[in-house]
Amino acid sequence: MPASLLWAVDVYGRVYSLSTAGQQWEQCRDAQMEFKRVTAAQQCCWGIACDNRIYLNVYASDLPIRYQEETYENQRWNPVDGFSDRLLPSDRWQWSDVTGLQHQPLDGFQLPSDSWEWEGDWYADENFEGEPTEKEGWTYAIDFPATYTKDKKWNSCVRRRRWLRYRRYKAMDSWAKIPSQETALPDPFSDISCGGWEISEEPRGRLSLWAVTLQGKVWFRDGIYHSSPEGSSWDDVSVPGEVIQISCGPGDLVWAVLWEGQLIVREGIGRDCPKGTSWAVVESPSPDVGAIHVAVGVSVVWAVTKDNKVWFRRGVNSHNPRGSGWISMVGEMITIDVGLNDQVWAVGCEDRAVYFRQGVTSSELSGKTWKAISVPRDGDRSHSSASAASLQSAGCFFSGEVCAPSGASDVESDAERGSVDGAGCPAAAASPGLSVEATADQTSEPPRPRIPKVTSDSFISELVSDREQRKPSRDAGAVAPAVLEVPGEGEDSVPPAGAALSPSQSGGPAGPQWSNVDLEEAQTQQGSTAGAVPDSADTSSLSSVATYTLAVEDPYGADEHPVWAWVSGGGCCVDSHSALSWFSSAGASSLVQSIQSMSLSVSPAQTAAWRRQIFEQLSERTKREMDNFRHYEQAIEQSVWVKKGTMQWWRDWKPHKWIDVHFALEQFSGPDGNKDGILFIYYNQHEEKKYLHAFVNEVTILVPVLNDSKHTFAIYTAERTRQRWPIRLAAATELEMHDWLALLSVSCCDSRALQGPPSKQAIWSITCKGDVFVSEPSAALEAVPYPTPCDQMFWRQVGGHLRVVECNSAGIVWGIGYDHTAWAHTGGYGGGFFQGLASSTDNIFTQTDVKSVYIYENQRWNPVTGYTSRGLPTDRYMWSDASGLHECTKTSTKPPSPQWAWVSDWSVDYGVSGGTDREGWQYAADFPASYHGYKTIKDFVRRRRWARKCKLTTTGPWQEVPPIPLSDVTILPCAAPSGVDVVPVWAISSKGDVLCRLGVTALTPAGSSWLHVGTDQPFKSVSIGAASQVWAVARDGSAFYRGSVSAQSPAGDCWYHIPSPAKQKLKQVSVGRTSVCAVDENGNLWYRQGVTPSYPQGSSWEHISNNVRKVSVGPLDQVWIIADKVQGSHSLSCGTVCHRLAVQPLEPKGQSWDYGIGGGWDHITVRGNAMEPARLRLPSLTGPSSLVPPGPPAVTDPEANGAAVGC
Amino acid sequence: MADDKDVLRDVWFGRIPTCFTLSQDEATEREAEPYYLLLPRVSYLTLVTDKVKKHFLKAMRTEDVEEMWFEYEGTPLKWHNPIGVLFDLHASNTVLPWSITVHFKNFPDSDLLHCPSNSVIEAHFMSSIKEADALKHKGQVVNDMQKKDHKQLWMGLQNDKFDQFWAMNRKLMEYPTEEGGFRYIPFRIYQTTSDRPFIQKLFRPVSPEGNTHTLGDLLKAMYPDALTNDGEQKRYQVVIHGIEPLLETPLQWLSEHLSHPDNFLHICVIPAPSD
Repeated sequence: MPASLLWAVDVYGRVYSLSTAGQQWEQCRDAQMEFKRVTAAQQCCWGIACDNRIYLNVYASDLPIRYQEETYENQRWNPVDGFSDRLLPSDRWQWSDVTGLQHQPLDGFQLPSDSWEWEGDWYADENFEGEPTEKEGWTYAIDFPATYTKDKKWNSCVRRRRWLRYRRYKAMDSWAKIPSQETALPDPFSDISCGGWEISEEPRGRLSLWAVTLQGKVWFRDGIYHSSPEGSSWDDVSVPGEVIQISCGPGDLVWAVLWEGQLIVREGIGRDCPKGTSWAVVESPSPDVGAIHVAVGVSVVWAVTKDNKVWFRRGVNSHNPRGSGWISMVGEMITIDVGLNDQVWAVGCEDRAVYFRQGVTSSELSGKTWKAISVPRDGDRSHSSASAASLQSAGCFFSGEVCAPSGASDVESDAERGSVDGAGCPAAAASPGLSVEATADQTSEPPRPRIPKVTSDSFISELVSDREQRKPSRDAGAVAPAVLEVPGEGEDSVPPAGAALSPSQSGGPAGPQWSNVDLEEAQTQQGSTAGAVPDSADTSSLSSVATYTLAVEDPYGADEHPVWAWVSGGGCCVDSHSALSWFSSAGASSLVQSIQSMSLSVSPAQTAAWRRQIFEQLSERTKREMDNFRHYEQAIEQSVWVKKGTMQWWRDWKPHKWIDVHFALEQFSGPDGNKDGILFIYYNQHEEKKYLHAFVNEVTILVPVLNDSKHTFAIYTAERTRQRWPIRLAAATELEMHDWLALLSVSCCDSRALQGPPSKQAIWSITCKGDVFVSEPSAALEAVPYPTPCDQMFWRQVGGHLRVVECNSAGIVWGIGYDHTAWAHTGGYGGGFFQGLASSTDNIFTQTDVKSVYIYENQRWNPVTGYTSRGLPTDRYMWSDASGLHECTKTSTKPPSPQWAWVSDWSVDYGVSGGTDREGWQYAADFPASYHGYKTIKDFVRRRRWARKCKLTTTGPWQEVPPIPLSDVTILPCAAPSGVDVVPVWAISSKGDVLCRLGVTALTPAGSSWLHVGTDQPFKSVSIGAASQVWAVARDGSAFYRGSVSAQSPAGDCWYHIPSPAKQKLKQVSVGRTSVCAVDENGNLWYRQGVTPSYPQGSSWEHISNNVRKVSVGPLDQVWIIADKVQGSHSLSCGTVCHRLAVQPLEPKGQSWDYGIGGGWDHITVRGNAMEPARLRLPSLTGPSSLVPPGPPAVTDPEANGAAVGC
Repeated sequence: MADDKDVLRDVWFGRIPTCFTLSQDEATEREAEPYYLLLPRVSYLTLVTDKVKKHFLKAMRTEDVEEMWFEYEGTPLKWHNPIGVLFDLHASNTVLPWSITVHFKNFPDSDLLHCPSNSVIEAHFMSSIKEADALKHKGQVVNDMQKKDHKQLWMGLQNDKFDQFWAMNRKLMEYPTEEGGFRYIPFRIYQTTSDRPFIQKLFRPVSPEGNTHTLGDLLKAMYPDALTNDGEQKRYQVVIHGIEPLLETPLQWLSEHLSHPDNFLHICVIPAPSD
């Protein structure tokens, strides 16, 4: 899991972040101002500073935020000038947008704010729908608006070309002010909450930002998405009362708190309407005490009432955003926040510590206990100097202040006291040490400037007096909301205070207080009215910073707790399993750390020393005690060991069905000392006991098979691979299956004397279930003319769940999950169900993956009721899979296998190819047909797709490479001579950006950072071959060659467009030593002819084969594919590993296919295998084609990728 | 780079070349040849000496045969300690093969437990495992196992099946990550210079402050004399499985990797050789 950040603001308005991988709060030094509140998402953090303006901090990412501005230049032909900018009066503007309606001259484009910069100047786009145009980029048509072509014809009367310019967001990792509204700014902001990123995935990075103003109005920020992080404008959202605080969850939940203490819930929020439509009122949890704070997640709502009690709302989900009832929770908090995964954070009422709710899971959303986060702040560590620094800044801030005496002694123990000491008398240092440090600190950090106050006192007073006139009843509210002198405070985030007073308090002692109080005002007021509050004595322990006694006691007291005011976990990705190092039991982590550093505890080098010592001594012992005595008899004779169990077997004969069998594995030591074994399957046929057996050393693979109800796996031998008919077995439980798989796998590896991690030459592949397999290539695998037959390759499983894997011969392996997460191989093996001996101890990490399951809702139109779910008797199921053949209802559809668990509810999927209407429907004349996203008169049926996300958690030798999700990756296949040589790695982000990974070496396979390679359109596949040849395929199906890529210029300089084969759209490319192969969307495999060092783009595409799903060209120019359909003697398989035979330098296209493991395979990479076979020159009479079934895969039907094994 | 797994294998497959000779006191019909055998360090004498017994019985009259027992240089060897421990304690730094004298008479009841059958060894072995698990996991892991799982542990040891044994034993070696180790480390410290059979006390793998305890910490607490002070000549060797791990080796790691199959870490403190 990549590190993510928890944000918090302390009572001085300083912003801190705590990384899930870190152990201390890092102060956000960049913040020039004090902040009141922050609200975080995964990619950015929003905040309200003390000037009541909204600031945005976008985290720097390797992927820049770029925005493509475009405008069209339009010209018309006339007989005199030829094409010129002289247009007809009825024509469009000479410079316009794509529709021609909007006038858009080049100089009319402005940067939206100071946070942007231009990347370059305008240039004409010379790419038209995947085809290069003539030099100047013109496209021609008969008239505006019409269909444009890139070729000029006799009747081309008009032409246009597209101009492009990119702008880049530059204010990364710093707090940038959101540009003011063009119209009058909504009045000063007091609360802010962002969320809503799960409502829709388009446009990418979309966020909802809700803000509350001092007047209690609610505003919604429009137009926030990845390439427009600041959003575009504020929209007023009418509210039924005056709002004091609002919270927006990752999904469609938005709740707000009203002044009166009720809560309101936004309804009607959806993909098309992120703002929602209306409010519904929910009463406060407690009839007497109003709510003061609310926090929502995906399907939870937490609230805090004015008495600091915490409440959990039962039964909240997107269908019922209001929930059903309140449950009182333990703990007293002043604010609460719900972060990712519905995890809960809060600031404690008593100690102002940040608390984490432990044990929150999807099944137990309310969690178990509160646990205080106890990590030092940066600089706080092991000594109090840093706290002196914080005292110092606080001191500056509060200098000149008169501190009111406290009426209660229980404040003595409060941690804030120390701060006050410093605050009250920065010069009168409590101890010499403190003063020294304070001085030292001043030199390093200039004193903070006085914070300008935006709101004028009169303005506030007016507001408040107005408010009090209108709502006198509020005075009766049990506890007065407090006021903190720090402007970065919100009133609801502060405990009831006694001595701290606001200007308005003169008007009504116990009245609700306005929070945004000018400091000076507060100080003077405080002096005059402190003590006038009746309940000051019993609440003073909760009161705020500046009101404590001046008593100087322990100058180090301030170390104990940072004093927090606000927390936001919206970007903090943890769940109940996360191992966080934030909670030290003693609450004195700094102490522990200092002890550790003093006692010279185990450092990596020393670890190695004791471990090395043990390894060395053990091998010495072996020499000493055993080497000379090998001829001695062993005390224990080896014997046969049998493990038995019961399973179900998919019987070989018809009718095929699962039958109960006894299963046994007999293991013994072979004559040469190798272990071996036999598998037995005992079954009854016609009352007769029979058995089937397989020698363990003949088993080529054990594959877990996808089955939504049974725990099944398949066992292949070379013969069964040829038959396309494995032994299929089902165990009673998942655990039992994993035990068997682990045992059988160890047994198979033992019999082949295979152990430890995969070699650098290993061939990696992935099944459609996401399981990862490796095979150690034999030296003769690429031999000509007698290669090792593919079906004899032995595959063993490696833990993890991936969709794509790529490797090279330096042992660098990358994978990409179904959720597009990038992973780098750690060099380990095992993980998953491989435990104990079949797995390495180090280098195994937790891996998660998420994918969507889709079902279709089908409807037919009838004249009476319109579209209904009543179909014709001949129709498909009204709830079905994509084919319509199987019924799939929302309730009956299960996750793909028991390993997966649902993590979301069903929702309409709008991202279907062909487009949908606003409700997600696609229309067609009849089932099955081609669907379109709008209704016509001829459409009698419609369907829509529902998606539900499921998640899998496993372990494997993979470590995440955050933060950019990828869709393809490629690693230079040549061997790196040493561990420090940088290996080029290229990737395509899930959004189509081309990226180049820097710093990848055999020792640091994950590399260091991404370099963005500019493109004019999104890409989908990339491959780098020998001599840094980089080829890529764009989403429009055309290929590109990247020029001038070298070690010095790892990203190259420009793209050369390579037209795709006629009428075909390419989807994947793979580049070996000299060979370039590509696969198109119709399953054709193409070879690029004429590629030479001087002309690396080559001349033309030549067809090799059809029925190809994926290709991998290796460093020897060997060609391996995943074939769509392969006929075996018993069955047909889809997704089969195939090897091109007779590929030779003079015959790079090879001759025929050899069929390996499958079906059900999705991906293969042979780019690690650089082992040159021993050259054998024989007359080609005994052609390799005699070894294999003749001809290419014979079936031409490109449909139906379903797997023969069902996996 | 060697893996920690290799340590488990090395420990399991440790062998001591042994020469068994019949005691001079035994009455024999004909001369009995010495018998040479590679004894597994992790097993028990009486479990692996069927062949020895058969060999010497051939030379003896049946009526002279009582329970077999072993002695090394006058010390009766306690079969209930693992063979490696017996060797390290009594015979390390001596010439190999280890020369053990076999007796069939005068069983030293005061020194040795009787071992009429393998089931006695099994009972002893299983009770050690349970005791160790009581220390490590309050006995929860071993109690959750089924009868056949217990059998698998025992059969693994009896038949020298590393995989079979470890397939089950790994469950006994698990611990919650957040706790950093077992509750207590099951260990026994043996010494030749004392009459006490061994030292065994409660000792945690991690200090209350969160520091990892090492072998040195354990000895400091249990047997400070075993440690060599600065400037002092080394008096004692601390031997586990015939090797001397560094004192800074984490105890938890030792417990996981250098424990005997009975799940105890058997530590021998022996006088350092004088040369």
